[in-house]
Amino acid sequence: MPRIVRTKVEFEGEVRERMAVVEEDHITPWGSGTPLRIVGRSYPRTGGVEVVTGKATYTADVQLPGMLYCRIMRSPHPHAEIASIDYVKAESMSGVRAVLCHANAPGIRWFGDSLLFDRILRYEGEEVAAVAADDEEIADGALSLIRVRYRELPFVVEAEEAMKPGAVQIHPGGNIVGGPDGEVYRRGNVREGFAKADLVVEERYETPAAVHNCLEPHCCVAMWAGDELVLWDSTQHVYGIRNEVAATLGLPLNKVRVISEFIGGGFGCKQGVGKHEIIAALLAKMTGRPVKLALSRRAENLAGGVRHPTIQYLKAGVRRDGTLMALQLRSIANIGAYGMGGSEVGGPIRELYRCPNVLTEQIAIHTNLGPATAFRAPGYMEGMYGLESMMDQIARGLGIDPLQFRLLNYAEKDPMRGVSYSSKHLDKAYRTGASIIGWESRPGGQNAGARRRGFGMASQVWGGGGGPPAYAIVRLNADGTADVLTGTQDIGTGTKTVLSQIAAEELGFKVEDVRVTIGDSRAGPYAPVSAGSMTVPSMGPAVRAAARSAREQLLNLAADLLRVLATELSVKEGKIKSTARPREVAVGEITGRIGDFMIIGQGARGPNPSDAKVRTFGAQFAEVEVDVETGDVTVLRVAAVHDFGRVINPLTLGNQVEGGIVQGTGFALMEERIVDSPTGKALNANLEAYKVPTMLDVPSIESHPIDLPDEICNSIGAKGAGEPPIIPTAPAIANAVFDATGIRIRSLPITRDKLLEEIRRNAAF
Amino acid sequence: MSRSIPSVRALAVRKRGPGKVTLRLQVNGEEYAVLAEPRRTLLDVLRKDLGLTGAKKVCDRGHCGACTVLVDGIPIYSCLKLAIECEGKRIETIEGLSFPDGLHPLQKAFIEHDAFQCGFCTPGQIMSLKALFDRNPHPSADEIRSAVAGNLCRCGAYAKILRAAQAVSEAHAKG
Repeated sequence: MPRIVRTKVEFEGEVRERMAVVEEDHITPWGSGTPLRIVGRSYPRTGGVEVVTGKATYTADVQLPGMLYCRIMRSPHPHAEIASIDYVKAESMSGVRAVLCHANAPGIRWFGDSLLFDRILRYEGEEVAAVAADDEEIADGALSLIRVRYRELPFVVEAEEAMKPGAVQIHPGGNIVGGPDGEVYRRGNVREGFAKADLVVEERYETPAAVHNCLEPHCCVAMWAGDELVLWDSTQHVYGIRNEVAATLGLPLNKVRVISEFIGGGFGCKQGVGKHEIIAALLAKMTGRPVKLALSRRAENLAGGVRHPTIQYLKAGVRRDGTLMALQLRSIANIGAYGMGGSEVGGPIRELYRCPNVLTEQIAIHTNLGPATAFRAPGYMEGMYGLESMMDQIARGLGIDPLQFRLLNYAEKDPMRGVSYSSKHLDKAYRTGASIIGWESRPGGQNAGARRRGFGMASQVWGGGGGPPAYAIVRLNADGTADVLTGTQDIGTGTKTVLSQIAAEELGFKVEDVRVTIGDSRAGPYAPVSAGSMTVPSMGPAVRAAARSAREQLLNLAADLLRVLATELSVKEGKIKSTARPREVAVGEITGRIGDFMIIGQGARGPNPSDAKVRTFGAQFAEVEVDVETGDVTVLRVAAVHDFGRVINPLTLGNQVEGGIVQGTGFALMEERIVDSPTGKALNANLEAYKVPTMLDVPSIESHPIDLPDEICNSIGAKGAGEPPIIPTAPAIANAVFDATGIRIRSLPITRDKLLEEIRRNAAF
Repeated sequence: MSRSIPSVRALAVRKRGPGKVTLRLQVNGEEYAVLAEPRRTLLDVLRKDLGLTGAKKVCDRGHCGACTVLVDGIPIYSCLKLAIECEGKRIETIEGLSFPDGLHPLQKAFIEHDAFQCGFCTPGQIMSLKALFDRNPHPSADEIRSAVAGNLCRCGAYAKILRAAQAVSEAHAKG
């Protein structure tokens, strides 16, 4: 029976108590002693054949009869008012079916007081007009016929400039989100902590604006079937899009269907509804034809979301024996004109180490830049770079090994609430990583010569516990196969594969007899956003519960048919076995005999533990080579040891870890959206000048997940693995660069120009 | 708002270019006649006119490699090539790679070694590697890396792409 629970759910560092309807009876978690046949083994990815043959249909590949193509005209200015717009010529061009702009669009509220098509344009790349035409070439031609007269306004793109009194105001409420000190967290008294410290260090760190650059851009196809809207959408949240689109357009929830079967990357920027979905839906309504809208690569870089750049003022106080006494952070996040707020940059400072006195102030600032959105481990990745760079600096200052220094300040309990962790194996991660990289035997000190080797390490903490609400259905077919139905989505993480393993395990079926249907809001029940490393720990238990219900129903019916007690029966590899009788019966034999009656199991994710904090942990160790003549940094090796609880599929998990390290390497060494302050325009809004790692930039990666089930966090013992691997890479590399050269770069990315400048100024070279 | 009949003004706006022409293309061993404008890229013709959506449009300016197809055996960025330039040439796309009775060894290896995550770059990666293996069945790791150096994978599945290609190379070495 459904019941309501209150439970704490953590999402990207923010803990919220929420109410959720659950219906799961308590299910005994799979413990370390539970014999499992399928969970924990490597299975190739479900849908792999479609992908490698080019047959997988991503939203970008959807083509419908009569489909129109939409192109968007975007603001060339960082801040301007549309004085006039003339689209008559464009509208009357042959093959153009509709034009939308502020002059004719419905007044849909978008952000605060602004509109979907607003007269005021607040960043370079903001939507000015949209054209739907028979083809993209025609739509592009039509855009060039739209005449817009802009009244340019003063603008501000630097966060610290935007904070000053008298700065250009981007929204009526001012540029500073919340109070002047932003979001404040306090424990103990930092002033007293610093007074008791023997060494106090203050530094300023900067992290860049990193662009997700998912290879599949934000993209959708909108089609009206009568009064119902069908929306193919490249999204991380099928149900969220359904709800937001329905609310924006004033439609009942059952008249919007969102489909997202294959998704070409998300990384955080496809969590919520964007203007493009609404524009496509409006144009499809106006024309009576399906409309496809895919952002160009340039638009993707200007308007598709960005990891907000940060400035971090970090202060740490430590006693001579290495005891951390106080940590203080003031972080400033540049969230652009329409960012919803800053992320949890202070997260690592608050919770990684046992430190009695902590103060974090997280400030978010509006500027005339494109909207900041979540990007894989938002906040924690940026904050960890500052914190772990400083820990390295302090350890060296005290003459303590950086790893030893971290162990000295190890938090056995959650420093924020004083509660126990559901599980924590960070100490083991430190030891294992150190042994893989050869930490103890690494050459000490800086070597001479042009090419210098160095070692560095950094820690990781992140949520990844997931939680309710998350629901699934398992249906058994007459031939003994099973369908798993849920409204989740697979953004490339392997969700589908992992869920089929969990269902097969619980059902006692072969994994090939289980099909998982996701990515369609009409096919399966509600599932949460695929973000915050929460898909596996939320959906896994829901699927397990649904499978268990289906298995119990199956065994009850089998018991009746076989005239035995249900408690004597079990299912293994698709066969029903009885302890009382030697003969095995194939599941299909039982489901075949019940005719077209369909066994349907429902499952819900249960509540989170109330008395334990659920966290993922890990450590990465990097070995780099720095060419002090060219400023080139080559990452040679990364050892990654993370604790995600139980590993469901080592193959796909390894891929996640390696991918996180590759993206982390990009963040450390090359990725940065560059904005020219005098003009307020981005200089590298493309994949040539915005550098993402290639095959030639990849280090040798050794990943050894801890793989111990967390028997408290949920019924499958697994936590999320999407975000943790990206968190410690950049500080581990930065610390290794210091080890190699004695130069500490406090502004990412560590590019040649920054290194060479420091080398030039440093007398030691 | 919707218009079924073009207004009189429509006639006043001059169409651009010569309009559509018939292009004859040989794709995956089959002949196609396509009515498309000469300015249309090979990528757009493959995707829109022939429905071969394996090659992906990511940057549309030769930066990412997701649109890689083979023209006369040479891997090219199909977003940088006009379809009209490819008349009389042999075009191979990911859709033509599977044998009638199964997957190409590279496709099998990509699945077995999990050489992708979201999979959007995968057709391009495989086509770049196919061109390499066609001329060198036993490439070294460096040759493999170099062959896909122009194919971005934002998920960062590079280590597994390398492993998959190495497995095919090793299988060829063993004969």
